[in-house]
Amino acid sequence: MSQQVIEGDIEELAAGEFERTPVPASRLKGWKSFLGMYAGEHAAGTEFMIGPLFLAAGASLKDLILGLFIGNILALLTWRYIVAPIAVSKKLTLYYQLEKIAGKHLVKVYNVVNGVLFCFLAGAMITVSASAVGVPFGVSFSVPESIFGLSSTAFSIIVIIVGIIMTIVAAAGYNMVSKFANIAAPWMIVVFAACGISALAQMDVDSWKSLITEWDKGISVVQSINGKVDFGFWKIVIFAWLCNAAMHFGMSDLSIMRFAKDSRAGWGPAIGMFLGHYMAWICASFMLAAQIKLTGEISANPGALAWSVVGWTGIICVIIAGWTTANPTIYRAGLAFQSLFSSKSKAYSGVILAGVVATIAGIFPTLSSKLLDFVGLYGTILGPMGGVIFVNHYLAKKMGFTEDYADEKGSSFNVAVLLAWVIPVALGLYFIFAKGLFPAYAVIPCWIASSVLYVLIMKLQKS
Amino acid sequence: MKILKLISSLSIGILILLVGILSYMGTIEETTMKTLMLIGTIIWFVTTPFWLKEDE
Repeated sequence: MSQQVIEGDIEELAAGEFERTPVPASRLKGWKSFLGMYAGEHAAGTEFMIGPLFLAAGASLKDLILGLFIGNILALLTWRYIVAPIAVSKKLTLYYQLEKIAGKHLVKVYNVVNGVLFCFLAGAMITVSASAVGVPFGVSFSVPESIFGLSSTAFSIIVIIVGIIMTIVAAAGYNMVSKFANIAAPWMIVVFAACGISALAQMDVDSWKSLITEWDKGISVVQSINGKVDFGFWKIVIFAWLCNAAMHFGMSDLSIMRFAKDSRAGWGPAIGMFLGHYMAWICASFMLAAQIKLTGEISANPGALAWSVVGWTGIICVIIAGWTTANPTIYRAGLAFQSLFSSKSKAYSGVILAGVVATIAGIFPTLSSKLLDFVGLYGTILGPMGGVIFVNHYLAKKMGFTEDYADEKGSSFNVAVLLAWVIPVALGLYFIFAKGLFPAYAVIPCWIASSVLYVLIMKLQKS
Repeated sequence: MKILKLISSLSIGILILLVGILSYMGTIEETTMKTLMLIGTIIWFVTTPFWLKEDE
């Protein structure tokens, strides 16, 4: 998923330049450049956590292989036909585009919400890195029943140390980490593949049939302990499609694709998606299947899993994957929080706050074990703003309401956007938390509801 | 720099990926595989920064 992290050259490309002006023609890039730029983006620390959770959730291997394939294709089509045309047409960052529609004060609210969600994601990555740091010291973590239950004291101390180090590095700026992430990305992808191959060897798998048998045995062991759970084909498809909903339906990737010469840049995430959200997830899930076969242990502890299959290389990979994901995430959350501080406060105040929140979140291992739910929640909350951008772009003129309302009318807070965002999201959150809806299921209904609501409110406002 | 690029590629292609496949096929022991992968990792991180910096 990762969904969430933009590294290296993408970051350099997207940040700092032309933030409040359309990208000039001389700086546009061909669509093939985006294939390379996205290649390492979706193979990150989250993959070590998400892959094993499919097995732990009871997904069949056939469903996983086919479901992830279809879900990734749907995600790709969403980038190509929803995000890229608007990015190419407007050539603006998400934030500036949103400011033109919603007003600068509402964008600040959106930023802070985004920052809080980033903190939880970074917290999960701190847990992932800490799980690997703990292995050489014999410190493992257990996942308590309660969301805010703690693991062992030793593990909590490791999380705090890892969190402090990551926060200090993030406060110093992310350039160094970003460069390191670039160096590590190809190696990390190969290590993911090696982890999967080694896990197959540990399971003594020599045919498709024996792989299915071992996988099903793994599910039986998990279900004998956790009870029967269901993670069927369509649930996998929807999850794979929408785990990056904030990036595509939510239009976050406008900031990257605005540098594209044409809409074919929407195919850019293809290689990254199939390396990270297909190969890496499946390989990571094999690690848990191997662990269950060898020890009967069903805990998806990324550090222990990687240590078991490829030794020190796995430990290094989990630490680096978690670190290179958490650091830019803390940094971005910090930028979002910075608007809460006075202009006289230190430039790193927001990053420190984000690091503290992320570290506190990282202390609770249950949060990272709920990553499948979290990424759906992330898309449900941030995705609908993309719906507003979508109808503003395609329907404003046709339906007779003002395009880029806040910019045209000089408004700093467009209430229509607030209502179109908050009402569907509140309903979505109600169904998720009160009715137990799988969070990824709420993404598209909320996106459509926000789009329709914005059109209706704008029409009403005009009449 | 071309030689460093080649060494980097071989470090992950042979010492990590191929070694993983050989271990799966039973040609090498698991402990040997883990050691070779660590060597591949070290070589990758020692050599790659030089040519990647040059490429940028």
